[in-house]
Amino acid sequence: MAIRSNTKPFRETNRVIARGQTYKGIDDDVMTPVLTHPRRTPTWWYVGMTIALGLLAVYLGTVVYLVVRGIGIFGNNQPVAWAFPIVNFVWWIGIGHAGTLISAALLLFRQPWRTSINRFAEAMTIFAVVCAGLYPILHLGRPWLFYWLLPYPNTFGLWPQFRSPLDWDLFAIATYASVSVLFWFIGLIPDLATLRDRAVNPGVRFFYGLLSLGWNNSTKAWQRYMRAYLLLAAISFPLVLSVHSTIAMDFAFAQVPGWNNTIMPPYFVAGAVFAGFAMVLILAVPLRKAFRLEHMITMRHLDNSAKLLLGTGLIVVYGYMIELFIAWYSGVEFERYMAYNRVFGQDHWWAFWLLILCNFVAIQPLWFRGIRQSPLALFIISVIVSIGMWLERYVIFVVTLTKDWLLSSWRDYSATLWDWSLYIGSFGLFLTLFFLFIRLLPSIATTEVKELAYHDAHQGSDYYEKIRAREAGLEVD
Amino acid sequence: MSELDINAIRERLKGQNGKQYWRSLDELAETEEFQSFLHEEFPRQAAPLEGTWKRRDFMKLLGASLALAGLTACARPLPSHQKIVPYVSQPEEIIPGRPLYFATAISHGGYGEGLLVESHQGRPTKVEGNPDHPASLGATAAAPQASVLTLYDPERSQAVLQRGEESSWGEFTQELEQVLSGLGDGTGLRLLTERVTSPTLIAQIDSLLSQYPGATWHQYSANAVDDLLGGTEAAFGQRLMPVYSFGEADVVVSFDADFMNDYPGRLRYAREFADRRRVHQASADPGRFYAFETTPTPTGSIADHRVPLAPGEMIDLIAAVARRLGVDAPERPLPSGVTDTLVDALVEDLTAAGSNALAVPGAYLPIAAQALVHAINDALGSIGTTATFVEPGDRNDENGSESIQALVEAMNGGQVEALVMLGGNFAYDLPASTGFVDALAQVPFSVHLGLYQDETAQLATWHIPRAHYLETWSDIRAFDGTISIVQPLIDRFYGGRSDHELLAALTGNPEAESYDLVRSYWENQVEGDYEGFWRETVYRGAVQDSARPIVTPELQLANLELPEFSGLTVTFRNDPSVEDHSYANNGWLQELPKPFSKLSWDNAALVSPATAQELGVSNRSVISLEVDGRSVEAPVWVLPGQAPATITVHTGFGRTASGRIGTGVGFDANRIRPATGWVAPVNVSNTGGRYELVTTQDHHNLNGTGEARHIIRAGTLAEFREEPEHPHFVHPVAHHESDLYPAFEYDSYAWGMVIDQNVCTGCNACVVACQSENNIPIVGKDQVAVGRAMHWLRIDNYHAGDIDNPEYFHQPMLCQHCEQAPCEPVCPVAATVHDNEGLNTMVYNRCVGTRYCSNNCPYKVRRFNFLQYAELSDTATELSMANNPDVTVRSRGVMEKCSFCVQRIAKARIDAETESRRIADGEVVTACQGACPTEAIVFGDLNDPDSAVNRVKSSPLNYALLEELNTKPRNTYLARVKNTHPALTEDVVNA
Repeated sequence: MAIRSNTKPFRETNRVIARGQTYKGIDDDVMTPVLTHPRRTPTWWYVGMTIALGLLAVYLGTVVYLVVRGIGIFGNNQPVAWAFPIVNFVWWIGIGHAGTLISAALLLFRQPWRTSINRFAEAMTIFAVVCAGLYPILHLGRPWLFYWLLPYPNTFGLWPQFRSPLDWDLFAIATYASVSVLFWFIGLIPDLATLRDRAVNPGVRFFYGLLSLGWNNSTKAWQRYMRAYLLLAAISFPLVLSVHSTIAMDFAFAQVPGWNNTIMPPYFVAGAVFAGFAMVLILAVPLRKAFRLEHMITMRHLDNSAKLLLGTGLIVVYGYMIELFIAWYSGVEFERYMAYNRVFGQDHWWAFWLLILCNFVAIQPLWFRGIRQSPLALFIISVIVSIGMWLERYVIFVVTLTKDWLLSSWRDYSATLWDWSLYIGSFGLFLTLFFLFIRLLPSIATTEVKELAYHDAHQGSDYYEKIRAREAGLEVD
Repeated sequence: MSELDINAIRERLKGQNGKQYWRSLDELAETEEFQSFLHEEFPRQAAPLEGTWKRRDFMKLLGASLALAGLTACARPLPSHQKIVPYVSQPEEIIPGRPLYFATAISHGGYGEGLLVESHQGRPTKVEGNPDHPASLGATAAAPQASVLTLYDPERSQAVLQRGEESSWGEFTQELEQVLSGLGDGTGLRLLTERVTSPTLIAQIDSLLSQYPGATWHQYSANAVDDLLGGTEAAFGQRLMPVYSFGEADVVVSFDADFMNDYPGRLRYAREFADRRRVHQASADPGRFYAFETTPTPTGSIADHRVPLAPGEMIDLIAAVARRLGVDAPERPLPSGVTDTLVDALVEDLTAAGSNALAVPGAYLPIAAQALVHAINDALGSIGTTATFVEPGDRNDENGSESIQALVEAMNGGQVEALVMLGGNFAYDLPASTGFVDALAQVPFSVHLGLYQDETAQLATWHIPRAHYLETWSDIRAFDGTISIVQPLIDRFYGGRSDHELLAALTGNPEAESYDLVRSYWENQVEGDYEGFWRETVYRGAVQDSARPIVTPELQLANLELPEFSGLTVTFRNDPSVEDHSYANNGWLQELPKPFSKLSWDNAALVSPATAQELGVSNRSVISLEVDGRSVEAPVWVLPGQAPATITVHTGFGRTASGRIGTGVGFDANRIRPATGWVAPVNVSNTGGRYELVTTQDHHNLNGTGEARHIIRAGTLAEFREEPEHPHFVHPVAHHESDLYPAFEYDSYAWGMVIDQNVCTGCNACVVACQSENNIPIVGKDQVAVGRAMHWLRIDNYHAGDIDNPEYFHQPMLCQHCEQAPCEPVCPVAATVHDNEGLNTMVYNRCVGTRYCSNNCPYKVRRFNFLQYAELSDTATELSMANNPDVTVRSRGVMEKCSFCVQRIAKARIDAETESRRIADGEVVTACQGACPTEAIVFGDLNDPDSAVNRVKSSPLNYALLEELNTKPRNTYLARVKNTHPALTEDVVNA
């Protein structure tokens, strides 16, 4: 088994990892970019980081202006009391779903292909939750009082109002964020120890040494680590379903025609997984290229993600259909008009049809294997899906609110420059965190990949394919 | 250092009102040395005194002046030159926190409407109607409600100006004396006033005219009252003021008369008419009301049959109806919009009612047409029963337009040496075609007394700040002649002189005070106990039995020349919100959505849908209106129910010198207004431009989904009589109340409200009353444009049926105080909660502003402070003085909404508890209810079986809006019932 040369062209593979991986080779591939001297950091990283910081500056500038002036800088009005910030909030939190699903659910279902993409998917989750979590605070009329939503002992003698879904929301997001961070960090510990051991510079060694919490690679450590990791996976798996269900409750609980639907929680969860896998692909395709990780993030990963994208996409489209059907079937004028207005309303019909184009029509090529195995096609489709999922929230929240019960209160909505700058700026926050992540932490879980390499070497070339014979249909080379 | 002019300093000090703080004699003398010293030492302080002010600096200075003003403001409620002594023992009436109410009166078109003004420790904050006053009966219209804001307007004139330079009253009276002494018997002295009904002022003018027999008095008001008097003159040979008895009228027909909204006696008429028209049970007999109008009016909107007619068609119709009733009127064809059936039905109803019928002429109609309407009343025998007349309260036998024509000719001919203008803003109000502005430049000495340094102030050689009616003593006659004493509530806030004081200066007594002038006039009028009379009158707000005696005139129709209008015409009206020029700088009224169009912060050319199609224009297109060679550009608003081929424009806008609020808002319709009358043929061209008009409500049409939502429920009286217990149109959707939980028991009070849509005219009085009572901020045009107007109470406007002649519905919409309020469970911080009396309350300081409550409110009555709309304490202007101290001023980021005037409930509760009793029915009157001229709003305790609100709610017409949501609103509505003529039922659209 030879170490693959970084300069040789690499042939794409459908295996979970390419043939002939060694432990050292894996470590070299993943750890070297992290431990590279800053001066040798690739130019593309600096370029990307500069763009990210520029966008972050836009974000921070908007936040300052928002706090100084008030949320009137946005386009929100009567009756559209929730608009861009909430659309963006749900959009980001949706993106944050794939991470946990990949790490926890696929771990529990023993899907080996998760291993190479789980680390950065989890990172993506956490960063997306950070972006998402700031929106509900920033869109408050008095953001500095957000802590009143927390149940803490106070001199008012007042607790939050637990009947409000917004409060459930807060708990759901806080739980999700803390469990995700914990899960991610625990998974990182052995890799951090590897970095500590490989680091030459004493300062760097100290930094990773501190983070690796004295990992000593003992069997006892490994045994406890595996147990803890599995337990956390079991804890986080229900969160995949609960977070977005709770967020869907913000709408399902309300009386607004078009929001007050029992289908909202499952439909939102499917949408979140859909959006999340789209974002995983958006990040994975350039990442594997940039770090030359095609042998670890293989065609297999892309293919499986694409299948999930197609599957959840179809569930989401079913959601659209059933929403419209129920609106008609209810016989209630308000619901019927809401559905009519979404689809044919003169102000926003384009949003609905564009969303159908993005979320339904654009994913149809994924039925074909050739498309599923084309990184470029997947990247483009994923971007389209991300736009579609943003439009979906726009249609559900904003378009619905423009025309609800009384005709007298109907009013159109249009976003302001500040709405856009807070949205576009949030990419800055996300990308800054992401670029820091890929530079400072191993973006692939090497310990788990090494496990795969071990099986590869010792149990024959197709170990996992054999034990999971029922998983048919994939060409194995 | 130059010599100090001690005398000049004394003069300067005398001219100031309030205590002055000065640092040195140099400062007082305003010497050059001091100015340059100031410049060098304090360059920043000196800068704003010269050149133009930037907005920011203006705001800063306002803040600073407010802070500094604290020192002198303490003395404001008392005359400044009198010694003040602190309370040794507190007077009985003044209890901190408890307001006092004083009777006074406000002028509407020159005629008085009685008021009770609420005063908090010497600071007037809220206007209510005076129930003892015949022209108010306790109600008020929108503009008087807003007049407290004008009182505090920091942009009101605060200094005497001589050709734009600051001067003093002393310098003015000196020059006045010189000018007058040069006039001899007064030839060349002209007095120009608005309509004057003040007995004291009339007496003063009489004495001026006797002192200067050569002087002439001209009167002109920028409203149509003059034409109303002209109409009676044409019919009866003498100028008379009509006094109608709507309570007696079984059938009323209005020919373009907005008698409940824009007519002398409007509030009284609204009350009487509404009382007659109320339908609570099927047995009621509301009479029948036909309205023919050129532009939709609040009055016409509650008619049983309403037909839009162009001015020419209106005259044709009046003539046709008059002929049918036996009046010798010229023969005219029936207008195309009016069917024979309609005229037959109208004539049948009128004849059947006989002397209990009433035809009301519109004040804006040509006077010959008005005369024909009086003739119709004469033919019906209703003169003396429903239509009576009194001599008008003013002294003027001359037509205002003719008077102005004579004045302008004299001015241009150089015959006017001195022109004294009392009040008014004639340079703006007078139609450009009169040439007044140019003529004014020919007058060597002209004086303008006005509230603002407006267009006229800038042209006159002298401008004297005028005292606001809440700052000075006066008297005024109501439409029926009843006299009120106008009582001040506060010492002059910005200095200023009253009309009486200027008149006194003209007659050689420049230091006289209004109080003494008014009192001494009345001293001569009263026999017997004068002090008793004075106290009683000032207390009650009206001189008892001072109404003019009813006269029964003889009809003297002779050679009526009915004008003819064909083609496109433009009709002029005073704006329903800002009226003529008077309230242009009043933010409450500028932001007030106009009835029907719901336009805010602008006027527009109102065009019917058909005409808009013909002209190829739509909303916000800019058209050019040309009348007699003068043109003005105006944005179009397409108004269903506007008469075809008629464009209606409103005066009061397009001001060039009104202040920061009013300047540059809208276009100036007076530029094209004819010198006489309110109609003119017009040439219209589409400029192709666009102008941003903003509205508070975009969707009005009830057809389609609107109808299926059952927002408005309406039927005919005949339908109601068929099903007197459960009329089908009141509850079109089956609705079963069900709940998993037992209902909360309200065992103390249960506050509730009911709004009678049959008598709501959509006049907006309640909206401004609510704004004044509850410290509701204005947000400005840009914020209204994005849908952020803050009114807690809005009037939703709907129309149904034919777009050319729709039915109108007004639905005052405020927090419905749902017993199961959807807003409450969604608030994560419990900032909106229910109280044990059923109020849905808002806890402002707990609100973090998630706005979830607003999303979940089906009625969308919650209002959010998206930005800092209310004035903050560190940048507050004097306008904050108009705030109600009983209501919190909300900061940005906080949700707010109607509270059912919880502060008034609290006050009544304190009173009741100190007397160990329950709050009596009628003790709590909400601001909207108190202002409502038609008493369409009834509020009270639902736990009291005999309460007025329960009586009204027991009507089978009572319905809760969106009741199928099970929100159980405490506010309900009475369905609209039209008493249509059986032959004309197809007109009615059931929405």
